[in-house]
Amino acid sequence: MSTQTATLSGAARALLARDLRLLWRRRGDALQPALFALLVVVLFALALGGEKQALSKVAGAVLWLAVLLAGLLSLDTLFRGDAEDGSLEQWMLAPVPLAWLVAVRTFMHWATSALPLLIATPFLAELLYLPRDQLPVLLASLALGTPLLSLLGAVVAALTVGMRRSGILVALLALPLYVPVLVFGAGSVAAAAQGLDPVGALLLLGAGLAVALVLAPLAAAAAIRIALS
Amino acid sequence: MTPNDRPAPPLLAARGLRFARNDEPVFGPLDFSVDAGEALLVQGDNGAGKTTLLRVLAGLLRADEGEIDLDGQPAGTSRRARAIAYLSHLPGLKADLTAIENLNFLCGLHGRRRAQLPENALAIVGLAGYEDALARQLSAGQKKRLTLARLWMSPAPLWLLDEPYANLDLEGIELVNRMVQAHLREGGAALVTTHGAYAAPPVRTRMLVMSKGGMQ
Repeated sequence: MSTQTATLSGAARALLARDLRLLWRRRGDALQPALFALLVVVLFALALGGEKQALSKVAGAVLWLAVLLAGLLSLDTLFRGDAEDGSLEQWMLAPVPLAWLVAVRTFMHWATSALPLLIATPFLAELLYLPRDQLPVLLASLALGTPLLSLLGAVVAALTVGMRRSGILVALLALPLYVPVLVFGAGSVAAAAQGLDPVGALLLLGAGLAVALVLAPLAAAAAIRIALS
Repeated sequence: MTPNDRPAPPLLAARGLRFARNDEPVFGPLDFSVDAGEALLVQGDNGAGKTTLLRVLAGLLRADEGEIDLDGQPAGTSRRARAIAYLSHLPGLKADLTAIENLNFLCGLHGRRRAQLPENALAIVGLAGYEDALARQLSAGQKKRLTLARLWMSPAPLWLLDEPYANLDLEGIELVNRMVQAHLREGGAALVTTHGAYAAPPVRTRMLVMSKGGMQ
């Protein structure tokens, strides 16, 4: 029987195409994280009275929080839909490793929830009067930190995928994992604000990302197998 | 003696297969084998462990005891993935994708028979004209037919069919039987669970009757 076997790249392409189509069919939902982050930033600006001095001091931390919370908001949808309609079952039976599919799915999650925010960050930073010289550091820390958040989040989402309603549990489980990322991410901007060298914090974020890139998909895949058995 | 003189190992063989959930035995120990060109009809009441057995064979659950051989070799993850196509209770379809998009994705994931085009597979299961219908707009029976199309595209020789007749009309039942028949003719094998003998495919079949708390 002549067959066309599934390859890593073929499966990844199929999954990316599927997720992009699904995103387009539900484009209203897809905007939610970005709108949420915008909401947080605007409310902060209003609460602090639009005072330039006060805002520019906290701008880096507020932007980091907004991005982190927006990512947390969409975390529960990462695997839940696929678990409920049986897609995950088919993923587990596919000839390509589950960890690879999880990695591709997580990349899509990052590309659709964090990447738009990353692009919007310069505008949001203007809104909060972030000093211009801190913007490159903020962008670098977000570029390294948000994929790390997505990967850590994937493990948590995989752990809770077997539950009907996980709600706040995802946030509670993710929080301790997110704290170091937030500390180093916002810390790098704070260090730059004080005229210190932010490279150390950025390097730690990069190291964390390198480790998570390898280990998080494997851990998430193992968690999915346990959750669905 | 050349390898051809030896009888070919069965496509699937299970020895002493036992599964328990929270120390409560679900089934087993079970011994059975399925040769190429043969169907195994798994019968039993609701809750007898038919679905669990299929999930264990597919590798979604781990058996507590016993061995599973595929083609005479111990079943590992990669061997299972190449040899087994599993039709589950859950359709595994995305409601917001069209029939053909769902099929294309699943083919990208599992591989497909080169000779089969997704459009042909849809026509075979009676969904011609529904290519661009969203899966959410299909009826339960049509969704089932769509999963059958996925099965038809699959290159795996061993089909594990969990209640393939559910939700199908008489013509659909006939369709499943025809598909199983054609698959077996090409040297494949199938495990089919039903809770009655009302819809068995007209092929060489063995029976495995499961009952609650043990088996006969």
